[in-house]
Amino acid sequence: MTDAAESDHLRRLPPHLLRDLAPRVLGVMVRRYRDFAVCEDAVQEALIAAAEQWPREGLPDDPRAWLIRVAVRRLTDAVRAESARRHREELTVSLVPPDEQIALAADAAGGSERDDTLDLLFMCCHPTLSPASAIALTLRAVGGLTTVEIARAFMVPEATMAQRISRAKQSIEATGRQFEMPAGEELAARLGAVSHVLYLIFSEGYAASTGGELIRTDLSGEAIRLTRMLRRLVPDDPEVAGLLALMLLTDARRAARTGPAGEIVPLDRQDRSLWNPSAIAEGVALVSQALPRRRLGPYQVQAAIAAVHDEAPSAEETDWPQILALYQLLGRLSDNPVVALNEAIAVAMVHGPAAGLQKLDALAADPRLAGHHRLEAVRGHLLERAGDRSGAVACYRRAAAGTASLAERDYLLIQAARLDEPR
Amino acid sequence: MKYMLMMNHPGTGPYTVMSWPEEDLKRHIGFMKTFARKLAAAGELVLAEGLATPAQAKLIRAGKNGQPATEGVFPESKEFLVGFWIVDVETPARAHAIAAEASAAPGKGGEPMSIPIEVRQVMSPPPVEP
Repeated sequence: MTDAAESDHLRRLPPHLLRDLAPRVLGVMVRRYRDFAVCEDAVQEALIAAAEQWPREGLPDDPRAWLIRVAVRRLTDAVRAESARRHREELTVSLVPPDEQIALAADAAGGSERDDTLDLLFMCCHPTLSPASAIALTLRAVGGLTTVEIARAFMVPEATMAQRISRAKQSIEATGRQFEMPAGEELAARLGAVSHVLYLIFSEGYAASTGGELIRTDLSGEAIRLTRMLRRLVPDDPEVAGLLALMLLTDARRAARTGPAGEIVPLDRQDRSLWNPSAIAEGVALVSQALPRRRLGPYQVQAAIAAVHDEAPSAEETDWPQILALYQLLGRLSDNPVVALNEAIAVAMVHGPAAGLQKLDALAADPRLAGHHRLEAVRGHLLERAGDRSGAVACYRRAAAGTASLAERDYLLIQAARLDEPR
Repeated sequence: MKYMLMMNHPGTGPYTVMSWPEEDLKRHIGFMKTFARKLAAAGELVLAEGLATPAQAKLIRAGKNGQPATEGVFPESKEFLVGFWIVDVETPARAHAIAAEASAAPGKGGEPMSIPIEVRQVMSPPPVEP
């Protein structure tokens, strides 16, 4: 099937239906047959079959049961093909535990389905996997995306992405699966790993939205959808709520973030009427609910900062003292040099550019930031505010030479050129 | 047939665009974006990438133990690849025409840069026997 035909089919299905069903079907399959890699392939094939057949033949009465049935059939086919090569029957017996050869009655229970999906997320975002592997596997196994869609999102050949996913599955098998649900600190740590992977997926998609790419899978949209799902699974976790809020509050500005030629438009020059008010309202509500729970974390604080920006009617009316306080809080929660850079901007906005530059000089001693293009970009910005045009031009150009992002380089060069014009 | 079109920049110094006036810079950036979009819309673009500045570039060889050994900075005279397009076209002439269009990218004052574009055919699978 061609890509166009595939997307045409999917368009006529309720949006996200297949992707939402994917982890629920895979969860049942893995619980029943244990072998994650084989089950994941079978579910992927069932999803592709559904995308082909449902638009033509109509939705089945119970789409989830349909998918499970087809996936089981594909699994059986795969096992048969395998056992024909090896010794018959042996593998079938080992793959299907005797007590689970009949469909589990517990399938319908909501509680176990919740654990299944969480379990899948924990597995796909296992700390032993590299971020790139975890991202690809999460998008396929939990997100229900096809390998082609994931490959397109990361602009790598399909065969490369297929290999990355299959290696990730192998290393999961190697670490050995844990069926018991972690509790307490272990649960928080595993949730943190999942949140990090979802945040990386979001950032990748958000950054790419300036790249002028024509057909890339909407990764930020997928990250938001998966984080919503995660939040339904752990509704009381304030950091997961904070992560969802941060994504919504950032994504709300997407339409204003690039100009007509695809150039970056900085926050203070964005047309705020293009911001998405319902995403802002939802994000603000989430972060307001999460903050009083007194289990503060970096995502909540970042979301709070985004909320202050989003709620300002104009750049001039931004509550910078509050943003500064939040950055100071964030700095205490996580030792991140980029956070410190943003804090320097907030210092400049509250106490003047000289104070911000002083803070930057202190940061330049941090080996993680020495010679970093972001440091030069911020210095250029603050020097410009301080009225030092030639100093700012030099910083912007050094930053432009250091960045590996074309959109960012163009933006920095234009800043330099704007200041360099004779007046 | 596929061709790789390579745009080179002389020397290891900063790219010439870095010191252009705002208007010229914006015109050049706009041209490059439209150019890639046009090639994609025509069904001819396989891949287009810009490369980070040579300041970050390294020459690597395998050392005695097989570990990467850096050869330090490049000689000042060396030409640098700043970006490339891979296009899939019907004829060599079409690849040359695309290269000429890229070469005429607007430079300072909006004048065509006439920057040299190296055109190389990408190797293809073996021919099918009749």
